[in-house]
Amino acid sequence: MGWTRKHLLTMRELDASEIVLLIDTAASLQEIATREIKKVPALRGKTIVNLFYEPSTRTRTSFEIAGKWLSADVINFSAGGSSTTKGESFIDTAKTIAAMSPDVVIVRHSSAGAAELLARTLPCSIVNAGDGAHEHPTQALLDLLTIREKKAHFDGLHVAIVGDVAHSRVARSDIHGMRKLGMTVTVAGPPTLIPPFVQELGVKVSYRLEDAIRDVDVIMMLRLQHERMTNGLIPSLREYSRYWGLTLEKLASHARPDVLIMHPGPVNRGIELSPEVADGPYSVILDQVTKGVAVRMGVLLLLAGSKGEAP
Amino acid sequence: MSLLVKNGRVIDPANTTDGVQDVLIAHGKIERVGKRLEAPAGAEVVDAARMANTSPVNDNRAVTDYILATARADGTVRVHPIGAVTRGLRGEELAELAELAEAGCVAFSDDGACVMNAGLYRRAMEYVLPFGLPVISHAEDAPLARGFTMNEGVVSTELGLPGAPAAAEDVMVARDILLAELTGAHVHIAHLSTAGAVRLVREGKSRGVRVTAEVTPHHLLLTEDAVRTFDPNTKMAPPLRTKRDTEALLEALVDGTIDCIATDHAPHALAEKEGEFDAAAFGIVGLETAVALLLDRLVRPGLLPLATLVSRLSRDPARLLGLRGGSLAPGAPADVTILDPDTEWTVDPARFRSKSRNTPFGGFTLTGGPWMTIVGGNVVQAAGQRGAAVRAAAEGEASL
Repeated sequence: MGWTRKHLLTMRELDASEIVLLIDTAASLQEIATREIKKVPALRGKTIVNLFYEPSTRTRTSFEIAGKWLSADVINFSAGGSSTTKGESFIDTAKTIAAMSPDVVIVRHSSAGAAELLARTLPCSIVNAGDGAHEHPTQALLDLLTIREKKAHFDGLHVAIVGDVAHSRVARSDIHGMRKLGMTVTVAGPPTLIPPFVQELGVKVSYRLEDAIRDVDVIMMLRLQHERMTNGLIPSLREYSRYWGLTLEKLASHARPDVLIMHPGPVNRGIELSPEVADGPYSVILDQVTKGVAVRMGVLLLLAGSKGEAP
Repeated sequence: MSLLVKNGRVIDPANTTDGVQDVLIAHGKIERVGKRLEAPAGAEVVDAARMANTSPVNDNRAVTDYILATARADGTVRVHPIGAVTRGLRGEELAELAELAEAGCVAFSDDGACVMNAGLYRRAMEYVLPFGLPVISHAEDAPLARGFTMNEGVVSTELGLPGAPAAAEDVMVARDILLAELTGAHVHIAHLSTAGAVRLVREGKSRGVRVTAEVTPHHLLLTEDAVRTFDPNTKMAPPLRTKRDTEALLEALVDGTIDCIATDHAPHALAEKEGEFDAAAFGIVGLETAVALLLDRLVRPGLLPLATLVSRLSRDPARLLGLRGGSLAPGAPADVTILDPDTEWTVDPARFRSKSRNTPFGGFTLTGGPWMTIVGGNVVQAAGQRGAAVRAAAEGEASL
């Protein structure tokens, strides 16, 4: 099975073999990070634009490094210091950038559907780097690569996704990817942070952290945005942290000794994760970041590279 | 000045007529309806158009006077203004309702906004009792619907878009029915969209409450699944709901729980409807597609009797608003729509007569539609956007 898609927009649209191909490709590129000269010529002469409408240091940097290690020319366009502050619409800005003939546009935007909108409008390849609360496919792919490296397989694994599932694009992309690869997924959080009808995506729901983390192989903790409190979804950060924060005590009492703790970052230390857990032996949070560069190299290579050519 | 529509299938629910006849129009009135022989083209009573959200808001006599004067000078259809319930649609203090009624408003509504203050809405209903005019409710509980862009359900969960639950509409329909019962006022539910609201209206009517309701073509024909494309033309308030809701709406339209069809016509400039879904304006245009869509998608498959469709577009809204029209009886205003039941055409928003093209129905292939519209005995529209080809095809089926 080769790669045939022009864009990477959602995990929902991918089938299992496409996901595995993406992960395999990323895995094969990981060793570039260990070379003394971290550069291969695979995307020499290709132009990649990071079009970021939301502040994001991590994801943008990850894509930028991935593009540069593949020898592409990477241009960062951040909404803050550009024509968007002059009132130019998203679509006009995107068309302007497209007129400069990039090969790939990587887009991060607060509106769900922003990547689809660009894919409909621009002639180049589009990578969704997060659109509102919709999807964040490269995050799901790096999560999957991390899990496979630690657990050696996917089938039959059980993952708990804990926290603000309702507003999380990471949760949605993870759910699609994990389900397609044969994993069991439980989402857990206070009911106000669990989206309606989420069971129809093929997941279980739990309203108690202690139940949700029992016997699972992976715990994916989500970041809690402070504005959830002012919007009346939770009474206080203190209460949230008490019932939904993951501590070493809770892990010791309820979770398996070989459980993996993951987090898409950035971590609110002391809210969803205690510092001891974030930095502790179960945590693979920094592995996720490392895999992120490999996954993004894999995605860019499959979208913009010459077909069938190894780097 | 007279006009003879020959060999049409005359459908006049007001006079329980449905048969092939001729209609003679003279001096802007129906002169006579008489029997002739077979022909496929149908004739229908024209719907009374209404003007909803104007800018400035129609919350005082000067605006109503301006609307009516402009319609008289430039308009080709009948314009029946609806006055605001509250000043500036702010939901804080009553507009000058008596003067609006005197100026010619046929109903009162803050449509687009819900009057959240139940005490104020109750007083509005009481105040307009002497005028015999309905209050039209935009039923949307603002805090429950806060920040919504679509229906709350499995699709909104998947797309990560904020949704409004059906309950945001239902609680307000329930409130407004209770207020109508309390005050004895006539409350009309605009663009009803949920199965729950259907149940509430049905129950209210069965208890004798003066509640009526309308439904739009898009809420009858589309569901939340259409939003998966992120096409801003699938964004409106109330939002597209579920299959369960569309089925309940159709059943209610057939059995009369829902009294009439309205388009909730909401024109927008392209720039307001082409970008990010959550930033796009709410609302779609509907006037140029309503009749054809319902003919093709509901009447042709046998889901809705033609006579019921005609009635829900003409007689029933006219009665509900206390307007003359909606009848082909001799002496009635000569407002007639001639339908072409057979011609296949494709909706092309670029050819709309409206300046706005914000429709989710572009590219739909439909069979049939309005062929000619006559208002006060004058032909104001012929063959619509389907143009000369259709006109030629229909030649001889109706002659003037």
